[in-house]
Amino acid sequence: MKTDSLRPTNAVIEIQSLSRRFGSRLALDNVSLGVPRGVVFGLVGENGAGKTTLIKHILGLLKAQSGLLRVFGLDPVADPVGVLGRVGYLSEQRDLPLWMRVDELLRYTQVFYPKWDAAYAEQLRRQFGLDPASKIKSLSRGECAKAGLLLALAHRPELLLLDEPSSGLDPVVRRDILEAIIRTVADEGRTVFFSSHLLDEIERVSDHMAMLIDGKVVLSGPLDAIKESHHRLTLRFGVAPARPPALAGALSVKGGGQEWTVICNGALDELTAAAADVGARVVEQGVPSLEEIFVARVGAKSAQPSSGHF
Amino acid sequence: MQIHISPNDGVPIYLQIVNQVKYLVGSGRLAAGEEIPPIRVLAQQLLVNPNTVARAYLELERAGVVAKRHGSGTYISEAGSPLARRERLKILTQRADALLAEARHLDVDVDEVIKLLRERHEILTRSQK
Repeated sequence: MKTDSLRPTNAVIEIQSLSRRFGSRLALDNVSLGVPRGVVFGLVGENGAGKTTLIKHILGLLKAQSGLLRVFGLDPVADPVGVLGRVGYLSEQRDLPLWMRVDELLRYTQVFYPKWDAAYAEQLRRQFGLDPASKIKSLSRGECAKAGLLLALAHRPELLLLDEPSSGLDPVVRRDILEAIIRTVADEGRTVFFSSHLLDEIERVSDHMAMLIDGKVVLSGPLDAIKESHHRLTLRFGVAPARPPALAGALSVKGGGQEWTVICNGALDELTAAAADVGARVVEQGVPSLEEIFVARVGAKSAQPSSGHF
Repeated sequence: MQIHISPNDGVPIYLQIVNQVKYLVGSGRLAAGEEIPPIRVLAQQLLVNPNTVARAYLELERAGVVAKRHGSGTYISEAGSPLARRERLKILTQRADALLAEARHLDVDVDEVIKLLRERHEILTRSQK
């Protein structure tokens, strides 16, 4: 077992070979990733892919069963005060004390953060339109999200950690959340890590991302590099194939009749050759959206065991 | 400066910004000497990563579309440069391609399209007088 601490890097979060098992289920499978300082890092995955489990490890709420995890170079389980004081966190459940009023909640939370900026908290409260006298219990879903976001932002954290921040919210509140993400990184040296299943959101605001499928990281790195390494090809066949053509290097094949669209990663030459072998030529080539890449990747995983259902 | 981003478009977001600024310049909606928003302002307005906007501005600067003035901001370069003309032609090229494709569908040949363009030009210049 490795006992040395991680080599010093500029990474805010550094994860090496992290695995986590719940009973017989492997929730995180040998996850390694690094989150550089000053980026917006988007974590993509289906429900149940392990996103929340990963975030709980970053917060030190779960202890790594195997592998290493460091936040600001610290172990969040061994040094929760050193880590959590510098992290702003919005959970998907937004577990706020329902019996408190908004102003009470602010005063209560302030105590935990030496760096709490009361003027900034007040500015956010006005901007989000939260009435200080309202009971948390009486807030709408969107207002709860805003209150949670306010608490996460008001101590100006070095790392903002958001678990599915816009899930179930209307577009206006989603805009507030995306704005907060942009404002946080626009401040020198701050970092945002957020999970989402909304791929257009990730594509819009992140510059780095990782894709989690069944607890495994299948893609990770700068978003531009990921997009540039994937291709969408439209193939035209001389004779319409009866079933989706099997092509080496293809992540997904969709279409019908004479034209089929293929998503692939790198492997452009390989795929063009494979297409020529089955009597098809490339009539269009483009850059797929993150959503197309994700759907192709998830499909590639589930398509493997199937046989003869046609 | 009005820019619209479609994240699902396949075209990288920085390139969407570059193309639209070029279009706004080429079509005269952004004039030479006009200031464009600072990076973080445009990032918040469009809800995109500030690094993406920075990359777009760098690209526009390299292409000579905009220029930074020391410490004060980013401005549209002087018009009339050979590049501005090239960008204008590039915009027209897309329109010309669409026109020719439509003509082919309607079984109208190129000579007829050119003749039609001349006729329309005369009608337009006459009505302006």
